[in-house]
Amino acid sequence: MKYVAPSSVEEAASLLSSSPSAQVFAGATDVVPQIRAGRPAPDVLVDLKKIKELVALNSDGEKWTVGAATPTAYLTEDEAFSHEFPGLSEAAGLIGSDQIQNRSSLGGNLCNASPAADSVPAMVVNEVRAVVAGPNGTRVLDVSEVVTGPGQTALDDDEFIVEFEIDKMPSRSGDAYLRMIPRTEMDIAVVGAGARVTLADDGSIEQAVLALGAVAPTVVRIPDAEQALVGSTADEETLNAVAAAASEACDPIDDKRGTVEYRKQVAGVLAKRAVVIAIERAEQRNGKN
Amino acid sequence: MPRTHITTVINGDETEFLTEDSTSLLNALRDDVGLTGAKEGCGTGDCGACSILVDDRVNCACLMFAPEADGTVIVTVEGLADSGELHPLQQCFLEGAALQCGICTPGFLMAAKALLDKNPDPTETEIRYALAGNLCRCTGYDKIIRAVQEAAREMRGQ
Amino acid sequence: MAITEENPGYKWVGTRPIRPDGLEKVTGKARFGADLVLPGMLYGKVVRSPHAHARIVSIDTSAAESMEGVKAVITGADFPDLSANGAHPSDIDVANNAIARDKVLYEGHVVAAVAAITREQAEAAAKAVAVTYEVLPHVLTVDEAMADNAPLLHEAMITKGVDPAPEEPSNIASKILHERGDLDQGFGEADAVVEREFTTKPVHQGYIEPHAAVADANSDGRAHIWCSSQGHFQMRAYTATVLGVSPGTLKVTAAEIGGGFGGKTVIYLEPLAVRLSQRAGRPVKLVMDRDEVFRATGPTSGTRIKVKMGVSKDGKITAAEVWMAYEAGAYAGSPVGAAGMTAIACYDIPNFVVEGYDVVCNKPRVAAYRAPGAPMAAFAVESVLDELARNIEIDPIDIRLANAAVEGTQASYGPKFPRIGFVETLEAIKEHPNYTAELGPNQGRGVAAGFWFNAGMMSSATVHVNENGTATVVTGSPDIGGSRQSMALMAAEELGIPYESIKPVVADTETVGFNDVTGGSRVTLATGAAVVDACRLIVEDLRGRAAKTWDVEVDQVEWVDGQAQHVDGAQPPLSLNDLAAKSGRTGGPISANASLNSRGVGAGFSTQLCDVEVDPETGVTRVVRYLTAQDAGRAISPDYVEGQMQGGVVQGIGWALNEEYIHDTEGVMENPSFLDYRMPVASDLPMIDCAIVEVPNPAHPYGVRGVGEVGIVPPMAAVGNAIHDAVDVRMTELPMSPIKVLEALNENDG
Repeated sequence: MKYVAPSSVEEAASLLSSSPSAQVFAGATDVVPQIRAGRPAPDVLVDLKKIKELVALNSDGEKWTVGAATPTAYLTEDEAFSHEFPGLSEAAGLIGSDQIQNRSSLGGNLCNASPAADSVPAMVVNEVRAVVAGPNGTRVLDVSEVVTGPGQTALDDDEFIVEFEIDKMPSRSGDAYLRMIPRTEMDIAVVGAGARVTLADDGSIEQAVLALGAVAPTVVRIPDAEQALVGSTADEETLNAVAAAASEACDPIDDKRGTVEYRKQVAGVLAKRAVVIAIERAEQRNGKN
Repeated sequence: MPRTHITTVINGDETEFLTEDSTSLLNALRDDVGLTGAKEGCGTGDCGACSILVDDRVNCACLMFAPEADGTVIVTVEGLADSGELHPLQQCFLEGAALQCGICTPGFLMAAKALLDKNPDPTETEIRYALAGNLCRCTGYDKIIRAVQEAAREMRGQ
Repeated sequence: MAITEENPGYKWVGTRPIRPDGLEKVTGKARFGADLVLPGMLYGKVVRSPHAHARIVSIDTSAAESMEGVKAVITGADFPDLSANGAHPSDIDVANNAIARDKVLYEGHVVAAVAAITREQAEAAAKAVAVTYEVLPHVLTVDEAMADNAPLLHEAMITKGVDPAPEEPSNIASKILHERGDLDQGFGEADAVVEREFTTKPVHQGYIEPHAAVADANSDGRAHIWCSSQGHFQMRAYTATVLGVSPGTLKVTAAEIGGGFGGKTVIYLEPLAVRLSQRAGRPVKLVMDRDEVFRATGPTSGTRIKVKMGVSKDGKITAAEVWMAYEAGAYAGSPVGAAGMTAIACYDIPNFVVEGYDVVCNKPRVAAYRAPGAPMAAFAVESVLDELARNIEIDPIDIRLANAAVEGTQASYGPKFPRIGFVETLEAIKEHPNYTAELGPNQGRGVAAGFWFNAGMMSSATVHVNENGTATVVTGSPDIGGSRQSMALMAAEELGIPYESIKPVVADTETVGFNDVTGGSRVTLATGAAVVDACRLIVEDLRGRAAKTWDVEVDQVEWVDGQAQHVDGAQPPLSLNDLAAKSGRTGGPISANASLNSRGVGAGFSTQLCDVEVDPETGVTRVVRYLTAQDAGRAISPDYVEGQMQGGVVQGIGWALNEEYIHDTEGVMENPSFLDYRMPVASDLPMIDCAIVEVPNPAHPYGVRGVGEVGIVPPMAAVGNAIHDAVDVRMTELPMSPIKVLEALNENDG
């Protein structure tokens, strides 16, 4: 296996095209355990972390740009980012210990395409976009289009994500991410629930986006729950409808981390709780940007 | 596969070594550089026994490829003491009986140092979450947390 | 917080100095098994069975042997067949577990091993060893193994302890039975009876250091082994057995050990490393990966336990019936015997039957894990006792006080208890502020108690007084918990010289007399006793030398505070320094040996108090407060006694809430990593409050009782009882994971 650390996107793209088993990595927090578990090692390992755009966190006032290989610790440490997107920041911060946080990245978390990835539901509800580079230039995908199945992405073998774009959080809006794990840290999510709401002037819900992780091959939206919320004040009856819709929207499996029944039930619980937190945050940002 | 030449600063000294690209930084430190302080407990980033500082940030050396070390500044447990004078964390671990078998201790010391360098006055909860990536099977963590609290007090001059 | 019965005015015993090996451990200098490097050393890699049960049809090592850098490849054929020369059955099991011969009995069973110049070459060679298997049907649990027509692991296994012996073989290796009184009469006298069935899963000791061994064999048949081990004399004996050589040809040095908890009292890699080194003519290092540790080293048993107990309305237990089946893994030897002896040992019960079965199944052979066998039985008994207490509305401490074993009680397993401190631990809990601390919503409180015999066994020690008046204390007990400090404290106390003047050393098998393993909570007791004996011989010697110097009778000389003093003050005192400096003139070097087979072991009791908070919508349980009270007899080193107490508690919490072996239907372990084998992390826990109770063991010079093990016996029941108090569900399966708690809550609602 050969290690290369290119300093430009073009160089990385050309390295990827050079061999069918060339692979990019950022933190390697999934790559290393997978190779140890028997997955064939790539013959060329392309380290993205020396490319300027790939490790970056910027806002131009209208949108944020996050380099795909940026350690998630940088996100949680950035006060402005964490203030505007507390749910996404917390979700990114849940990807493992402090040691992992100095390596894990949104790009890695997304492209590893585990159904249980913590950052993905939060990215989906915030309508994050992925800027993908390849031999034919760049294209932009909605984050929800990137993962196509467990371990599968919509990217070609010679493409990689350069950065993510997140439009600024609208006023009177807030996001949240909750996950269920048996311990307090160091576990893969058994259920993950992301929510973002935007409130109308009268305090009722104008817009709601809900996404569940770890309960289906890819992240699932909950259109029935979103519809139930719009126009409501999220009273108990509505929240129960949200929970029921969330349980219904799941398509989970039984595995060593959870059962179908458990995931369905807890998906409902977390969806409700995430909505409540998102609303609280939206109310705090009422009138502010 | 010809080996790659790596130049890095380890514990304050410029250090060069040769490595296979696929070798983990942990194995390179232990086998090629001769620093066996960082330990392998799992090899997959789940136990923190291999924790080292890379450019002031705590990392699991088992998850890094050795060539990534090129051009970085690394601190291992062997570099914590300053010319033989123990770091307050080392002293507090000893005085507080915060180790039994000692295999997890190097990893805890590095993770605790990274915490206190960033957050000199952490709450008990903050300490516990900052050290959640370090497994200890002997102590139940109680004396480790107290030792970190004590070291933090000393480092704040209290 | 220490509750001391007497204050004997010790100068060193009971203090909290810095441990002698601590500096090396905080600076990275301490050398553990995988840290050793020898010139020319090769890396080894083990080839393991992917099947839970299979016949080995053939092994083709030719491809591996011809690969670059490969210097040796071995299989079962490279080891003597012990069954052919009438060896003891348990030795045969050890040998067959070390490397399979005709059958593999669990996923992970060793089939072959290779040694090569680099790790990568060794890994590649291991993959190239071609093994053909005939897969056989397997059994994974006691239920499957005990079923009619279950596939057999050992064709000749006839259950021991059953009379008349069964005619047909089975997977039941043995039965144990303890009885007293009349069970029916006892239940007849009860005002409340509770009957419950419990299951527990195998859990691993979880030491952070994987097994490691370096072997350096010479062409004359001798070999030097460095290993991570709890008992290098035992390692030497087992390794010699498997290799078919005399133990004297092996020298074993115990490296610093990164945790054992009983799991490193057995061998895995050592004979393989020696044989590889012999074949290659170079030293070989063999280290397990974490997944090998899980797949192929002994966890402790999964179990099925049924308990029925009756109490009268004044709180007296009138009858107890316990039925247990323990998984032994691939070879006989689960700790069901100890479970049978400890299950109800805390209490004075007039009528009981305790019945247990040792059952083999296609999983790794179980190994000792801290109070082996006792925690599972305590989970069952202490949970039922909790229900009974609620039924008759008696406080959980009071019901235990009403039935507590005391001095003179005939233990359920036979002997009469000498002076013991169980009652004192119950009182310590009751008097502690935690007992009445306020509980919030969804929070609950549980109590549980536990017992462990502790062991004595054999130890040796040598003490040398150096010319500068310092002393070296040499023992052969690997230090897994800080015992070197305790040895130094006792030596300082005996010799009357400062703790800092004592250097404790753990020596190799050629340098010190026989020592049984570090386990059974015995080192401070037994090795400590040997150290004390050796020091007392030294003091006698020193008095003799002073007498000679002063030309008086020995009975004119006292040893006080590190000095020889004339009883009448007729001479100025002679310090240890003085006597050591002129030792040449008074009889030569000053040293003494002591070896003993320890008697006077003191039983250990622990009572624990656990507060939890349960999220009723997800079943997630958090421990929010924990108090453990344990009788240490005399805490030689309070810091490290607390350390043992806290460590045992946290292992028990992990066992209670999240730890378990998960196997698929093929018998392959699904969670052989720290990611999915979920041990407690720092953020899962509160501080663990300790109350050290000291009811001195009358049979030990310092009153020591072993402390290493009993702490893990009560936690699962303490947690389970707290969960019940919090959300009114009675958990009978371990682990009490969120999924199971939520299921139980759903059933309550439904």
